[in-house]
Amino acid sequence: MANLTINGKTFTLDVEPDTPLLWAIRENAGLTGTKYGCGIAQCGACTVHIDGVATRSCGVSVAEAEGKKITTIEGLASGKTLHKVQEAWIAKDVPQCGYCQSGMIMAVAALLSEKPKPTDADIDEAITNICRCGTFQQVREAIHTIASA
Amino acid sequence: MNKHVSPKMNRRAFVIGSAAVGAGLAIGLDLPFGGPAVVRAADGSPEIGAWVVVRPDDTVVIRIARSEMGQGSLTGLAQLVAEELECDWSKVTTEYPTPGQSVARKRVWGDFSTGGSRGIRSSQDYVRKGGATARVMLIQAAADSWKVPASECTAARSVITHTPTGRTTTYGKVAEAAARLTPPADVKLKDPKDWKLVGKGVLRLDTADKTTGTMVYGIDVKVPAMLNAAIKDCPVFGGKLKSYDEAKIAGMKGVKKVVKVGDTAVAVVADTWWHAKTALEALPIVWDEGDNAKVSSESIAKWLAEGLDNEQPAYVGNKNGDVKAAIAGAARKVEAVYNYPYQNHATMEPMNATALYTADKCEVWCGTQNGEAAFAAVLEASGLPAEKCDVHKVMPGGGFGRRGQTDYVRQAVMIAKQMPGTPIKLLWSREEDMAHGRYHPITQCKMTGAFDADNNLVALHYRLSGQSILFSLRPEALQNGMDPAAFQGVAQSGEAAFGYSVPNLLIEHAMRNPHVPPGFWRGVNVNHNAIYMECFMDELANAAGQDPLEFRRKLMGNHPKHLAVLNAVAEKIGWSKPAPQGVYRGIAQVMGYGSYVAGAAEISVTDGSKIKVHRIVASTDPGYVVNPAQVERQIAGSFVYGLSALFYGGCTVKDGKIEQTNFDTYNSMRINEMPKVESVMVPSGGFWGGVGEPTIGVAAPAVLNAYFAATGKRIRSVPLRDQNITFA
Repeated sequence: MANLTINGKTFTLDVEPDTPLLWAIRENAGLTGTKYGCGIAQCGACTVHIDGVATRSCGVSVAEAEGKKITTIEGLASGKTLHKVQEAWIAKDVPQCGYCQSGMIMAVAALLSEKPKPTDADIDEAITNICRCGTFQQVREAIHTIASA
Repeated sequence: MNKHVSPKMNRRAFVIGSAAVGAGLAIGLDLPFGGPAVVRAADGSPEIGAWVVVRPDDTVVIRIARSEMGQGSLTGLAQLVAEELECDWSKVTTEYPTPGQSVARKRVWGDFSTGGSRGIRSSQDYVRKGGATARVMLIQAAADSWKVPASECTAARSVITHTPTGRTTTYGKVAEAAARLTPPADVKLKDPKDWKLVGKGVLRLDTADKTTGTMVYGIDVKVPAMLNAAIKDCPVFGGKLKSYDEAKIAGMKGVKKVVKVGDTAVAVVADTWWHAKTALEALPIVWDEGDNAKVSSESIAKWLAEGLDNEQPAYVGNKNGDVKAAIAGAARKVEAVYNYPYQNHATMEPMNATALYTADKCEVWCGTQNGEAAFAAVLEASGLPAEKCDVHKVMPGGGFGRRGQTDYVRQAVMIAKQMPGTPIKLLWSREEDMAHGRYHPITQCKMTGAFDADNNLVALHYRLSGQSILFSLRPEALQNGMDPAAFQGVAQSGEAAFGYSVPNLLIEHAMRNPHVPPGFWRGVNVNHNAIYMECFMDELANAAGQDPLEFRRKLMGNHPKHLAVLNAVAEKIGWSKPAPQGVYRGIAQVMGYGSYVAGAAEISVTDGSKIKVHRIVASTDPGYVVNPAQVERQIAGSFVYGLSALFYGGCTVKDGKIEQTNFDTYNSMRINEMPKVESVMVPSGGFWGGVGEPTIGVAAPAVLNAYFAATGKRIRSVPLRDQNITFA
């Protein structure tokens, strides 16, 4: 059993401590917005915030995540008010298939909370998620739109 | 429609079937007082023809048979219907009919296949007619209610106006009456110059859920009491499962069952996928790898190289004049050998499908590029007839051609069949996905060009050796053994025609089919044909001492549409003016999927091995552009996919298996490596070309030609990582 604090709620889950956080989130907590892409922390599809830091949840165990504040894509909005990154993603029509976008949005949200007006170089350094559809120029444009708002 | 079914039963069956993922459409039949049958959607709203449902609140539901997988066709097809329907775009929503429903209605929604960049171009005609038909019926219903001629009425934004009196009504108000009318036998479509919605870069209809984590992909499907399966198929293609030691994992947490899947695979079924995967990894498995275990990349390369020998048999795809005589009599000849490797689609979402099998029903939920092919796979694997099967399409996390295949659907049903009544979600690990792709085919190409004494190109011999996709996947499409698709981009005529005139030309294919299963990988055969031809064109220009653009132009007089996109790209990148200091340019053009495309790149190179791509310009003439914003994204995405394959891709074979296992060994470009793509759309009208794939053809050669301009070194082998060349 493990207690995880996800999106402000406490989940008591029947899960082994060495289970990757990704799978505890998806299968035990039932929050499927966080995606599986590689399982080896390469692609970023499973990015969540752990104590505010963008983290690839496939590479973190449940034991390591206990007692920390976990935010997933489902918890990014404040009630019905979307996060500014989600709003920009809709306004700029960023996603194509959209599968990587939960992770992409979480990575961008973390970047903007640290650097509200990132340069292209900041974006290049912080956003390392794979998008096979190739939405990168819309991602960059949307980030700059948020930053200049 | 002519089947006597109980409407209520029918509707309930479909509602239950689709409830698990919360969407889908129900069909009910309503046979009132003699007139034509009214077909109703799940909520009871009437169909106005098969493509359109109008709700009382004026919401218009447009049916989409092709699959959305990120390419934007769902929105584009809805635009085409809405353009003719004259409905309020802000009240448009879409839904997928299921393949089972379509088959039950004599395939009223046509082809579901979404590959070959056909999503829009192959259905634009009948979906527009679907919209126009509904408009005529809605106007007629309003006219009938006013007892005026329909010719006095007009429709715009879902409002019908009787022009002489100014009376108005809305689509929602007349929908019931319209649904009872006999559809007009023929409708006239708008002249493209009168389009208002088509041609506009309206926002996609399916974005919001992709930003909140609520979009349901195959991996997210939840069916009550569902179990999860992880699978391992024999890593050597063509090998078989010999045995496994189930006792070794008997006590592992969550494990419910270990099942054999056909002759080649084993799956562990557990409460969670993580438990299934963990147990599968602990399961001792013995494979019967067979003779294919002796095959390696080296042995394949050697076999293909033999096919480059002119004495070996080959299929002729494009020919004029007498190449052999012209080369023999030429003043000078240039020769080069190129190769292109296997590539994995590596969709972000690994293959998966959820299946529920009972003695009298089999249902599957999955992302697929071809609902009908998935449906056929369900029939075959379940052994049940069509009326007892269905497929519920959900959003695929990428397709790129991979999800046109149905291997994963078949596997899910084969597992579910061994656990009747229990829904099974089969998910491949990334490692399984890398090991069991349907790979971009492997080829080599030897090209010989010959010049006369005045440096005119008098002969071109293009000899391809390697794998045929159709041989493996659609043997019925071979023509006397020849794979006509092998000549995509260098064909004599048609939708992927060669863009140059050379007095003596021979383009031929020595077919060699290794055991690695090939597939339709975004761009398909255009990928390697465009690299070979466009890089060699550059070699020829260099040999002739001419500018690569000017050299091409001289050969393109009879190919004005090819030339027009090449000129558009040259103008946009500023070819006639020098590039910035230290920056070098490359250019390429090709035709594929009915569209003409060209690309140009500006790069700089450090130490001969670090490439920085500064600028990419791409032009396309697809005939018509339905949604320029989405076309722009397809063009940019094609460069990301094509350059990822050029720099980082390449699947190699060792002991009969694919060596790459995950994104650490099969990498993909990141945002820091990708410049903005400047797209130039030059639709010339009169034909419909595709946009999802053709541009990928010019991505790699534009960069490779720029690399030559920068370094004087010619790269003839992909991927670049094998030559220690990477992004700066």
